[in-house]
Amino acid sequence: MADLADLSLQDCLTGLRAGDFSSRELTAACLEQTARLEPRLHAYITLATEWALEQADAADRQWAAWRKDSSAPLPALLGLPLAVKDVLAVEGLPCTAGSRILEGFRPPYTATTVARLRAAGMVITGKTNTDEFAMGSTTENSAYGPTRNPWDTARVPGGSSGGSAAAVAAGMVPAALGSDTGGSVRQPAAFCGITGLKPTYGRCSRFGLIAYGSSLDSVGVFARSAADLTPVFAVMAGYDPLDATSAQRSVPQIALGAGDLRGLRIGVPDEYFIDGIQPEVEASVRAAVAQMQALGANVRRVSLPHTGYALPVYYLIAPAEASANLARFDGVRYGPRDSSASVAEMFRRTRGERFGAEVKRRIMLGTYALSAGYYDAYYAQAQKVRTLIRADFEAAFVDVDVIAAPVAPSTAFRFGEHSEDPLAMYLEDVFTLPANLAGVPGLAFPVGQDAAGLPVGMQLMAAPFAEETLLRAAHAYQQTTDWHLRRPPAQ
Amino acid sequence: MSLTREEVEHIAALARLDLSAEEIERYQRQLSDILEYAARLQALDTSGVPPTASALALAPDLRADEARPGLPRERLLENAPAVTDAQFHVPPALGAATLPGADE
Repeated sequence: MADLADLSLQDCLTGLRAGDFSSRELTAACLEQTARLEPRLHAYITLATEWALEQADAADRQWAAWRKDSSAPLPALLGLPLAVKDVLAVEGLPCTAGSRILEGFRPPYTATTVARLRAAGMVITGKTNTDEFAMGSTTENSAYGPTRNPWDTARVPGGSSGGSAAAVAAGMVPAALGSDTGGSVRQPAAFCGITGLKPTYGRCSRFGLIAYGSSLDSVGVFARSAADLTPVFAVMAGYDPLDATSAQRSVPQIALGAGDLRGLRIGVPDEYFIDGIQPEVEASVRAAVAQMQALGANVRRVSLPHTGYALPVYYLIAPAEASANLARFDGVRYGPRDSSASVAEMFRRTRGERFGAEVKRRIMLGTYALSAGYYDAYYAQAQKVRTLIRADFEAAFVDVDVIAAPVAPSTAFRFGEHSEDPLAMYLEDVFTLPANLAGVPGLAFPVGQDAAGLPVGMQLMAAPFAEETLLRAAHAYQQTTDWHLRRPPAQ
Repeated sequence: MSLTREEVEHIAALARLDLSAEEIERYQRQLSDILEYAARLQALDTSGVPPTASALALAPDLRADEARPGLPRERLLENAPAVTDAQFHVPPALGAATLPGADE
């Protein structure tokens, strides 16, 4: 039944409804595909094989009840497998955040986004690999070893949600959750040739998401097309009283439309086509914009003049927030601790020995930016420039509905390429950081391949809460192109 | 922007991180590079620009101050490395003593 694992989420749902196959058969096919590829890809930190099959059996019982009596409740995503990034709490499963400091931790509750998808009938297959505390662009910073890109296992899958992206790209699962603080959903979606949504800040509850940069963190979702991603997003979004920054906004019934883009105004920002960008990335993105124009969209140039400041702003604000958020990992309430004679020594040793190099680097950077004497020059100035970056987007969205740009300056790069130079690694995030700083939604999807056959991603950004506009535009593009149907060789 | 070794040690102490001599040397170099790059922000005139307090201007959502059920105490304690009398147990803040639950 391994071919079931290749089906799109929409086809899975159609097949389950028609009774062509059961959730158990579908879930087993996904687990078989995983067993075959996991030794090469390492997409998961924790695989929940037995529990997944139990959930699938429960879903099949619910399908059976509905077949007998169509007035019985039928959850929207009943029996569809879902992988969850290992920074989201799922009661009953370990949650490591890719870190040794949370070894053995089992959260006593479930993240709201996951709980909603469970209530909608989804089957959790396990917890996927991530850079430690979601800090990184490659998954090389995971304490549990890197994930490999299914298109070329010598290359990174992107990060930090690289495990989820690789799992979806390789057909291990039709959809997966990620988190995006500076590009951690969009960049791995681009590197793995799939569709990934970073929703508006506040659109999806952060309750149960291990905090990295609290003013930037968004829970996002991956699938193999906009049409597959839409019903998952529709369930996970919406107000949650357990997250004080959750938006009290209703989620619209998303209608993807028939593929016509007449009336859509697309802005192409000069600042995102900079020197050093891989030529095939620029060419593919521009061709995709032309294709959307052919579908009726109106294309114009726009300017986001403070784009070049997003990188230094992000790498002060995110580490500052991280240095405060990660203070809680001290060996007192969860995780292992190292033996020490005094509590102060225990804090220092537990944290010094169990955090990885990138996490310590960001804690140090953030602590410095917040420390007496440097707060105004670094942190406060960064928050002011962040206001200017947000204002750029507000001004642009007066004239256009979406902004089209590359996701990353290049396609997936090789392991170790930037690991000795953190600043060069941070430069990889230059196109994804602005959306997090402005709080706007971004959608990444494949629009081409480079000469090596690696996927090229484009992102569309829209005004706050306009995810529907993004999904409709990507869906129209995917109706008339087949980049999203290309599958990696490592299958 | 170049950090001294003493500054790096001071930040590590503030952040409660034990760092090796090699790590201190490496972070001294890397943090100096990153801060030098970030210094370009200081060239920007931000007089009159308010700092961002929240990504979106969302209305503050304050719940009613009412008691409601939370997780039971046993569930909250079950991940702790050391528990005594239903409390988190840590080594002493002053003086030495044996620490239950520590890795050897």
